[in-house]
Amino acid sequence: MTMVYDDLGGDEATSAVPMRRIRFTINGAKKIAEVEPRLLLSHLIRRGVGLTGTHMGCDTTNCGACTVLVDGKAVKSCTMLAVQADGREVETVEGLATASELHPLQEGFKQEHGLQCGFCTPGMMMAAKALLARNPDPTEEDVRWALSGNLCRCTGYQNIVKSVLWAAAKLRAE
Amino acid sequence: MYPSRFRYEAPHSLDEAISLLHNGGDYAKVLAGGQSLVPLMKLRFASPELVVDINNVPGLTYHRTDPDGTLRIGALCRHADLEQSDLLPGNQPTMAAAAPLIADPIVRNRGTLVGSLCHADPQGDWASVVLSLGGSVVAQGPGGRRSIPLAEFVTGPFQNVLEPDEIAVEAVIPPAKGVRAGGYLKLERRVGDFATVGVAVSLETSAGSVTRAGIALTGVGGATIAATEAAQSLVGQPLSPQSIAQAADLAAAAARPRTDHRGSAEYKRHMVRTFVERLLSRAHGEADEKAERAA
Repeated sequence: MTMVYDDLGGDEATSAVPMRRIRFTINGAKKIAEVEPRLLLSHLIRRGVGLTGTHMGCDTTNCGACTVLVDGKAVKSCTMLAVQADGREVETVEGLATASELHPLQEGFKQEHGLQCGFCTPGMMMAAKALLARNPDPTEEDVRWALSGNLCRCTGYQNIVKSVLWAAAKLRAE
Repeated sequence: MYPSRFRYEAPHSLDEAISLLHNGGDYAKVLAGGQSLVPLMKLRFASPELVVDINNVPGLTYHRTDPDGTLRIGALCRHADLEQSDLLPGNQPTMAAAAPLIADPIVRNRGTLVGSLCHADPQGDWASVVLSLGGSVVAQGPGGRRSIPLAEFVTGPFQNVLEPDEIAVEAVIPPAKGVRAGGYLKLERRVGDFATVGVAVSLETSAGSVTRAGIALTGVGGATIAATEAAQSLVGQPLSPQSIAQAADLAAAAARPRTDHRGSAEYKRHMVRTFVERLLSRAHGEADEKAERAA
C-alpha cells in the first residue's frame, strides 16, 4: 500500500521510515503489503485493502466497532499493529455475505431490526461470529457476555441480542 | 491515532529478544498482548524507539501446575485462556473469579496476565489477585533468570523493577498449604471499565482454621494496596462473623481512595468493607458446607 509522508528535506526523511513487508489473508484473499510498524491493523484494512466495513469508533480499545477476527479470534483492530497480521488470517464484515446470499447474522440483524445507525454493526457481527463458532447454541446471557466489549450508541442492545439468537437458530437449522 | 515512529522486531526466541533489548538503546518496550501498550503509544504517553514483539516466541502461552501445586503462567497466556481454563476452578478460586472480570471479552483474547503485571497500572485487577496469593514474577535477562515477589516487583504507578534488557517470562503462584478459598469482586460502571473498587481475598484453611490470608485492593489508592493487617487478623482461627467484620474494617482503613468521577472516597471505602465482608462470608459459608458434607 502506498503511504505518503512529509518530506522534511535531506535523505534522513526517507531512510527514517522503517518499512516491513507482510503477507496475510483477508476474507480468503492472499495479500502482500508494505507497512510501517506503527500502522494499525484497522488502518491496513480500511486504507490499505480498502475494506471500509470495519469502523473506527473510539480508537481507544473501548467501543469494539473495529472488531475483526484474526485466526478466528475477535480482536479490536485499532489495538493491534498491522505488522502483527503477518502470516495471519483476517476476517472482516465484508467476508460474511456471498455474492448472492447474506450471512445468517446479517439476515438476523435485518429480521430483528438489530441496527439503527449501523455504526457498531460490523463489530457486533464479528464478535457474534466468534461466539457462534465456539458456541452454536448460546443463551441470551451468553450473547450478552460475548457482546459486552461492543458499544451501541443507539442503545439498541435488545434487538442486537435477538438478532444474534435468530442467526444462531438459523445456523443450527442449516 | 498513530503511535510515533518506532523500530519493530519480532524475534523467534527469548535469547534473541533479550539481545535485541540489550542492544536496543534507551527506550525499548516488549509487546505481548498490547492491550495497554498500544493504546498508550497511540495516545503518545509512551513513545518507545524499539518495540520487541514476543508473540512469535514459542513456548510462552502455557499456564500449568507443577506436581507440588505451583501455578505457572507464561508471558503469552491470554486472559481468555485463564477464563476458559479447566485448571483454575476449584484450585484457584481467586484467579478463576477475576479472569472473567478483566477488561472485556475481546480485549481478553489478546491481553496477558504477565503483561498486566508489568504494566503496573494501579487499577489493574491481576496485580491485586497475584499480590493476595503471594505470587511473583520471573524475569529473564542476559545473566539468566531471577524471581521477584510481586510486592517488590511494582515500585509505583506504571513502574516495575525490570532492567531494560529483562523480559518477564512468567508469573508464579506458590502452592497452597491448606485448602484454598477466596474470590475477586469488582465494582465497575460497565464492562471494560477500570475498577471503581476491586477486592481480592485469598485464604488457605487447614482443619477449619485460616493458615494464610491475603487481601489486596484495586482502584482505591495510587498503587495496588496490600491490606496486610486485615489479612493477618484472620490467621490462626476459624472464620467467624466477628473476625470477618474486623478484617473488613481493617481493609477499609487500609484503602486510600480519592473522590473522582467513579464515586466519592467515602463510597469507595464503604465498598471495600462490603466486598471483603462478602468474600469472607462466602468462604465461611462454603467451609461450613464442606464440613457438613464431610460429617
